[in-house]
Amino acid sequence: MIMTMVQAINQALAQEMERDDRIIVLGEDVGRNGGVFRATEGLFDRFGPDRVMDTPLAESGTIGASIGMTALGLRPVPEIQFMGFIYPAFNQIVSHVARLRNRTRGRFTVPLTLRTPYGAGVKALEHHSESTEALFCQIPGLTVVVPSSPYDAKGLLIASIRSDDPVIFLEPTKLYRAEKQDVPEEPYEVPLRLAAVVREGKDLTIVAWGAMVPVARQAADAAQAEGVGAEIVDLRTLSPMDRETIITSVKKTGRALIVHEAPKTCGLGAEIAATIGESALLSLLGPVMRVTGQDITVPLPKSEDRYYPGPERVLGAIRKLMEV
Amino acid sequence: MIERFDPLKGERLRILDEAGEPRSDLDPGLPDTELRTLYERMARTRAADAKALKLQRQGRLGTYPPSRGHEACQVGLASAMGRDDWFFPYFRDLGMYITLGYPLADYYHLWMGNEAGLRTPDGLNIYPIAIPVGSQIPQAVGAGLAARYRKLPIAVVTTFGDGATSEGDFHEGLNFAGVFRTPNVFFCLNNQFAISVPRTRQTASATIAQKAVAYGFPGVQVDGNDVLAVFAASREALANARIGGGPTLIEAYTYRMGDHTTSDDAARYRSKEEVQEWERKDPLLRFRHYLGKKGLWDEAYEKSVQDEATAFVEDAVAEAEARPVATLEDIFAYTYAVTPPDLAAQLADLKAFAGEGRR
Repeated sequence: MIMTMVQAINQALAQEMERDDRIIVLGEDVGRNGGVFRATEGLFDRFGPDRVMDTPLAESGTIGASIGMTALGLRPVPEIQFMGFIYPAFNQIVSHVARLRNRTRGRFTVPLTLRTPYGAGVKALEHHSESTEALFCQIPGLTVVVPSSPYDAKGLLIASIRSDDPVIFLEPTKLYRAEKQDVPEEPYEVPLRLAAVVREGKDLTIVAWGAMVPVARQAADAAQAEGVGAEIVDLRTLSPMDRETIITSVKKTGRALIVHEAPKTCGLGAEIAATIGESALLSLLGPVMRVTGQDITVPLPKSEDRYYPGPERVLGAIRKLMEV
Repeated sequence: MIERFDPLKGERLRILDEAGEPRSDLDPGLPDTELRTLYERMARTRAADAKALKLQRQGRLGTYPPSRGHEACQVGLASAMGRDDWFFPYFRDLGMYITLGYPLADYYHLWMGNEAGLRTPDGLNIYPIAIPVGSQIPQAVGAGLAARYRKLPIAVVTTFGDGATSEGDFHEGLNFAGVFRTPNVFFCLNNQFAISVPRTRQTASATIAQKAVAYGFPGVQVDGNDVLAVFAASREALANARIGGGPTLIEAYTYRMGDHTTSDDAARYRSKEEVQEWERKDPLLRFRHYLGKKGLWDEAYEKSVQDEATAFVEDAVAEAEARPVATLEDIFAYTYAVTPPDLAAQLADLKAFAGEGRR
């Protein structure tokens, strides 16, 4: 069926809840309202208020309660309404969600999937546009996942819900309704920890994820017209990272460009560049480059487009790399 | 019984006065053997606590938060719990662990610096200690939600100090519990200090128990040095939770007799006189008076209790100290369900280099 990313997410949730009655969806406005982006639409009517719980407006309480549910064998799928509001829950995520398996030597695990919309590009209010995925990638024990298409969104979400590890599932708001795609009706998994080469090319490798994948594609198409073949690696799982796919591609092309929305300093691009430096240095024909957000607070909507990497900036970096 | 003590009127549930004299209308009516069991658990707790302090001073155990003065709270509450109930602890709960049957050797193992001590044995419903203050409270509420969802007739207990009531998680957790009427018992050990900061700097409320009123469920302040009062209030709150009657907040009014941890020096912020005053209110002393009046305590019994407690503690120390240091595999193996290649490579590098002892 042809559907948007938000519809694919909704279908994944419904199908998993149907399959496994240990799955509980909870968060602000996820129930009767179906979520502010409609990702949980219809679930309340179908599964009832005990499985689709409108919680008080309290992020730490919601994630804390989700942890407690796992103690008694449930598999909660909490929603934080926007990533910008996740910080009150940061203590629960960092101090407990990520660590419980280790600190109890496996007696207690936290198989929760925390969904949250993130990233810029929908002209939203302050605090609704940040990409702070790198904060979560530095926490051992977390799995951080970002889909870039409706197909991947469904398969990655199902794989996340079925995973015995806690997953931070970041949904690019810009892509919720940007593109429609044929998505299989039946449930399926897109494996975690596996990047995908979504466009092949021989001249350079672009590593991107989420809303930056379509941006990279546009730039790659433009570069193609100039005779440059850009390969795109869609990371999909940011942590633990599939370094092998990145290295294989860079060894083939000899050039690497990383594109992300987050600020440049200590963004995930730095980690990817270091990985390439450690494992593919002698294959490189030029420097590893980054096109990223700036090291400033994300501007309000009137200036947002100037902050956010677009195809022209990516194309500019491709040209620069090809000159080396 | 709980509703007879209105926290907004400053009423406090107490069964034994400081001389161990009971208020007979509230006595929970425990048989003699169970009364003695309460005492023996408190004695074990005190002995195990004193031993931990000694081990710490000898460099055999790490930083440790002593429990002395909290024995009536811990033993009274845990003795009222059922085998199927769940417990979400904070970090000063020795008597809870001993009473609920957590191996003391494991408990020491943890404070000696090995996570293996935090692996709750199968069959015990005890979540690991929470060191970030108050963070266990919403977790206990989630377990309560899960119990309700699974239609389990159980209660979920969580403990915390007076300082934790200033944390957002206390408010969020109790607010959730009120909204969903979860089967929780929130047990605050108000020991008058959060490290050095006194209770009066945590809240302008006259009591902590009265905060429950705002969350829409009962709260009661009990004398935390009276094991019978703690037991009676806990038993009622737990029973109420198990039958779907919703949560209760119990504030146990007590005193931290020791330092916050072995890294703290409480003499910097409280007077000798104040501590001496609380020494006279010692929960073991009070209960001993009570048992004595009932003909359940004499010197010979005391000696047998102390001998048994010493043996119990020494066995646990020997067992904990005989355990090996965690292997490198151990500290890597539980980060993810399946170890990713990156981590496996880091472990291999470390093993190749470290052998034993190289850094």
